[in-house]
Amino acid sequence: MSELAKQGGRQLALIALFAVLVACVPLATRSGTVLNFVMMALYATLLAQAWNILGGFGGQFSFGHALFFGTGAYIQAIAQLQGGINAWVALALAILGAALAGLFVGALSFRYGLKGSYFALVTLAFAEVFRILALSVPFTGGGVGLMVPLRESAANLQFGSRSGYLWLVLGFVVAALLLSWWLRRSRFGAYLQAVRDNEDAARAVGVNPFRIKLAAIGLSGAFMGAAGAFYVQVFQYIDPGIAYGASTSVEALVAAIVGGMGTLWGPVLGAVVLHVLADLTRNLFGELPGINMVIYGVVLVLIVIFLPRGIAGLGLSARELWKGGRHG
Amino acid sequence: MFEPSILFPSVLNGLTTGAVYALIALGLTLIYGVLHIINFAHGACLMLALYAVYFLKERLGIDPYLALPVVVPGMFALGYGLQRIVINRAGHGKDENILLATLGIAIVMENLALIFFKSDTRNIDTAYSLSTVAIGPAMIAVPKLVAFAGALVVSALLFWIMGRTDLGRAIRAVAKEKEGAKLMGIDVDHVYAMSFGIGLACLGAAACFLLPAYYVNPQVGGGFVLVAFTIVVLGGMGSFVGALVGGLLVGVVESLGGLYLGESLGQIGIFAIFIGVVLFRPEGMFGARA
Repeated sequence: MSELAKQGGRQLALIALFAVLVACVPLATRSGTVLNFVMMALYATLLAQAWNILGGFGGQFSFGHALFFGTGAYIQAIAQLQGGINAWVALALAILGAALAGLFVGALSFRYGLKGSYFALVTLAFAEVFRILALSVPFTGGGVGLMVPLRESAANLQFGSRSGYLWLVLGFVVAALLLSWWLRRSRFGAYLQAVRDNEDAARAVGVNPFRIKLAAIGLSGAFMGAAGAFYVQVFQYIDPGIAYGASTSVEALVAAIVGGMGTLWGPVLGAVVLHVLADLTRNLFGELPGINMVIYGVVLVLIVIFLPRGIAGLGLSARELWKGGRHG
Repeated sequence: MFEPSILFPSVLNGLTTGAVYALIALGLTLIYGVLHIINFAHGACLMLALYAVYFLKERLGIDPYLALPVVVPGMFALGYGLQRIVINRAGHGKDENILLATLGIAIVMENLALIFFKSDTRNIDTAYSLSTVAIGPAMIAVPKLVAFAGALVVSALLFWIMGRTDLGRAIRAVAKEKEGAKLMGIDVDHVYAMSFGIGLACLGAAACFLLPAYYVNPQVGGGFVLVAFTIVVLGGMGSFVGALVGGLLVGVVESLGGLYLGESLGQIGIFAIFIGVVLFRPEGMFGARA
């Protein structure tokens, strides 16, 4: 077996181990605090993974990923409330709708060759447009928001305990892990990373950067939409600020960058580290509104200055040093 | 609906707001033109300046216009320090890193403001806050008129600094050809920090002119960020004339949009301009095609 295939197999085994271990948490404990912590950490992981597909593997930094989150969340709520559609079907629609939103923004921005800071700002502007629209059009409930009534049953995608939600979001996280695993080994993933590292060179060898980036933003949007739908099912409420506000976009990108962009486990690491930090500060300072975001901002600046490859990059550097030492 | 008696005051109001927008955008475009970075923390820095003006008035009773000599140098120092201590070190040769660093700074500033100043929206009371002047059929608030004149004066001052002083020459030299400027004995890091400082000093002036007719809360900067970016891309990244014209234009568009589409939908007009310009004419009105 080749070195690459062996490594790929090892990673798959690790993903399976992760899935089984986390899935067993609700069997090991009934503590609401623990279950809630794990569920929210998984949710933050999902946001970071979604952002990582486009930002980490594709090198396209979006500042407006809330756009896809909010679109998924609103579809999930509106399909049930006004369409009378079953929540599981709504979930599929939400994922699809968010992917379409991704394709729409991507088609516009990549068609006109937006890159770097321009792309970041345009995605932010799109999210703002959607926030204002959600405030103004009638079917989103405007600033009051939408409330999904409580009808507990698994068929309704409403679970009586945290465990059900934990397994649901774990499913998404594992799916995103598998996708990232595939991105690191497949032809499509290689193209995507080639476009990130040098678009002109990639085009010169026959890669179509437009289509590659479009596919990446569609996938990224789909996972973001799943996170939005999940949010609506757990909290049964959505409003324009939560859906399209900047904080979801920031949470997604900070966790991915802190963990390590373009890596398999980086988003998981980043989300967990930030979550633990946020919990610690809450214990230290109490419920101060905004203290979480202060921590996120400080960590982001420190990481960009001192560890631009993220925490996962730290492990990578150590391994390179170790290997270099052995060979040299 | 298009009666001059409604249209004229609305345009005039837009121009007065637009002048302050222009001032904010001038700072942004200066930083972009010299350092080639997008300062995402621009709005958050404006918010800090507004709080400074607010507290100077409320705690020490200093009139916003008399606060100029305090707030402008203060913001300059903040900008100089931020560039030297944080932003300069974050680049690692990639523009995105700087964007992320300034995003981080913006998040920290806004949320520290939320913690220390609470989310309340505050404004100040001055003797002239509510006085108006008649210009033709329009009644314009005095603070808005002062802001308009003040913004133009500060812009003229900036043009003079850039065009006629040694510092301006050094800044332009660094913006054009960094390596060459370095060989001529210009301290590039110092010029970068000076540019960033001047960029934020513009915000200090804008805050002094803005507050008598405006308000401050921790989120106030976010709205200005996209408006300022819109103006800068509309005018052409790095173009001073573009920022001035773009600012006035966006002020008028916002005012007319609010008149015909309602307050919240009117804002969409600005974002639509932004997205449209970035997609279809990224070099802006006055920028050279890259």
